[in-house]
Amino acid sequence: MHITLLPQHQQVDLPGRHRVSEILRHLGLLPGTAMVIRGDLLVTDQEFIEADEAIEIRNVISGG
Amino acid sequence: MKCKRCRATAEVQIRHHHTAFCRPCFIVYFQRQVQRAIEKERMFAPQEEVLVAVSGGKDSLALWDVLGELGYRSAGVHLALGIGAYSQASTAKTEAFAQRRQLRLLTVKLEEEGMGVPTMAGFTNRPACAACGTAKRHYFDRVAIENGFPVLATGHNLDDEAARLLGNVLRWQVHYLAKQSPMLESTHARFVRKVKPLFRVSEYETAVYAFFRGIDYIVDECPNSVGATQLVYKEALNRLEAAMPGTKLSFVQEFLRVGRAAFSGTIDQPPSTCERCGMPAFGTICSFCSLVREVESKQARRAVTHRPSPPAA
Repeated sequence: MHITLLPQHQQVDLPGRHRVSEILRHLGLLPGTAMVIRGDLLVTDQEFIEADEAIEIRNVISGG
Repeated sequence: MKCKRCRATAEVQIRHHHTAFCRPCFIVYFQRQVQRAIEKERMFAPQEEVLVAVSGGKDSLALWDVLGELGYRSAGVHLALGIGAYSQASTAKTEAFAQRRQLRLLTVKLEEEGMGVPTMAGFTNRPACAACGTAKRHYFDRVAIENGFPVLATGHNLDDEAARLLGNVLRWQVHYLAKQSPMLESTHARFVRKVKPLFRVSEYETAVYAFFRGIDYIVDECPNSVGATQLVYKEALNRLEAAMPGTKLSFVQEFLRVGRAAFSGTIDQPPSTCERCGMPAFGTICSFCSLVREVESKQARRAVTHRPSPPAA
């Protein structure tokens, strides 16, 4: 799967099919700190992302 | 996962309430949370016009949106901070939001006042965030007073309040603990009431609301926030929240319910009046004028030092 990380504007490729919670853990993100967006929908932690899909992970924690 | 209200497929899970919602039901839930905060804390009455401090980020634009959806009259105040491309993009997002919704926006351009954040920080050796905060506090009150608004609303959310509380507790900042509240009454003729209608909703919920409402906010972070202490507090709190959902909410709510009263005897004397600008001050001049004076004096000194020598006769 292809992952776009915001606000870092980083691109990450992760092979295989994974549950959202596993993807967040792999990227070192805590639950409730990032939105996972597939197309124009949000996906919850229990859902799976297929190997050929693209998602955006948008960090929501702001420091200012 | 199903929506708790309508049993449709859920798009968002709210761990601290052990619940999940589809998009339309989440919007209803979020707006009710904000309405409840406004009413419970008696932030403002339906007939009062609210001035909303808007940065172009998710929290302030979500707040401005939700106030409109709840039927409150509001206008926005935006400070163009002069932090390069970041400030230009923030101002553009704010102006586009206001224009699309035909909302009144009052913009103060700090660079035009000769006081962009990089200038203030550079000439005074203060952290950029400290200079920025001082300018915001000054101009938000000033714009509110000069335009007849009785109340100023900011987009501080549950995570902001929990992080602030943690910071104040770690250093036992008793004066700040006494004043930490989602609603602060005016203590000076040129201070307006300050309210935080998003204090019950998390940063994640606010971002989800902005996303669901199609709000085009600035996703990039302020370049000066890298390494900010508040981010350290937020990360610590989010680790606790991951292990024990509901920690942030109970930390803030229980402080307001039972903790804050213990510090009420430590509140400062009411402010006096700044002899330079007439705004509230805790000395002879306010902290913003003190900052401006320091910048101006160092600018003048530098101008003298760098003055070109007269040409030789």
